[in-house]
Amino acid sequence: MNSDLKSKIKSMMVEELMLQITAEEIGDETPIFGPDGLGLDSVDALQLVVALEKQFGLKISEGKAAQGTLRCVNSIAEAIAALP
Amino acid sequence: MRNVLVTGANGGIGLACARQFLQAWSDARLFLGCRTAREQAEALGAEFPGRVEIVQLEVADENSWNQAVERMLADGGSVDVLVNNAGTHRDALLATMPLADWHEVLATNLTGTFLGCRAVVRPMLSQRQGRIINISSLSALLAPAGQTNYAAAKAGVVALTQSLAKEVARAGITVNAVCPGYVATAALDADPAGQAQLAQRVPARRLGTAAEVAAAVLYLASPEAAYTTGAVLKIDGGIL
Repeated sequence: MNSDLKSKIKSMMVEELMLQITAEEIGDETPIFGPDGLGLDSVDALQLVVALEKQFGLKISEGKAAQGTLRCVNSIAEAIAALP
Repeated sequence: MRNVLVTGANGGIGLACARQFLQAWSDARLFLGCRTAREQAEALGAEFPGRVEIVQLEVADENSWNQAVERMLADGGSVDVLVNNAGTHRDALLATMPLADWHEVLATNLTGTFLGCRAVVRPMLSQRQGRIINISSLSALLAPAGQTNYAAAKAGVVALTQSLAKEVARAGITVNAVCPGYVATAALDADPAGQAQLAQRVPARRLGTAAEVAAAVLYLASPEAAYTTGAVLKIDGGIL
């Protein structure tokens, strides 16, 4: 998997969501939501969806598919890589 | 260029808001949302050539909002300010109020505000800035007899404002409500006796003007108001 793309995603997350950590501190498999991971909430999720669409052209619809895509940096990178 | 959308823009408060944005912000481009009547909005457009666009907007209709926001975003434009001003009332005692009047007042005042906020919030999130000003009413706080539908709808607007303010504050978007009391309108101008009677109920002993409401809206839309969000500003001459 493209590590350049993953670091772009991480930088975008730090910047757009104003995270108090550096991009390097986010692991590829770190859960984005929930207490065991970055601990983002639903408002962060909406911002993330908007930012992914704007910067990477990735449209995420509601529902379970969205939850899968937004699980971690790896899953987001896979969805972006799969774009036509 | 700052893009400002004002709904109910053919009426007193909406027109006054639009005028103040045009006068105070030389880089403002106004989108005036009108449902049927639009002659006053057009007259304002003629005063400020090239800076005003009339938008056909049915606030209770989702698609109508999408089209309005698409027009603002066309050619790389932004959605900087939304003033949810469109409103209507059908006063009656609850015991005799037709269900249709309940639905109509809720749809225009409350659902219309919800749809407006929802239409602009994504572009504002991606801009990481935005200003939403919802025109509620003193009725939301005072709940006068004969206005169960209107008071409930406008109180709903206040609660929506405060809830949304918390959701989007971190993205640099502010959401505030303005509650005008008695404001002089064209209909009241034709009735000086009625106006004087109404003024007796106001500690300031006069009615407010649309321009006085617009001045508050302009402040809430300004960059200086960045830390004011979820506020409910009553403009009522001291009634409450």
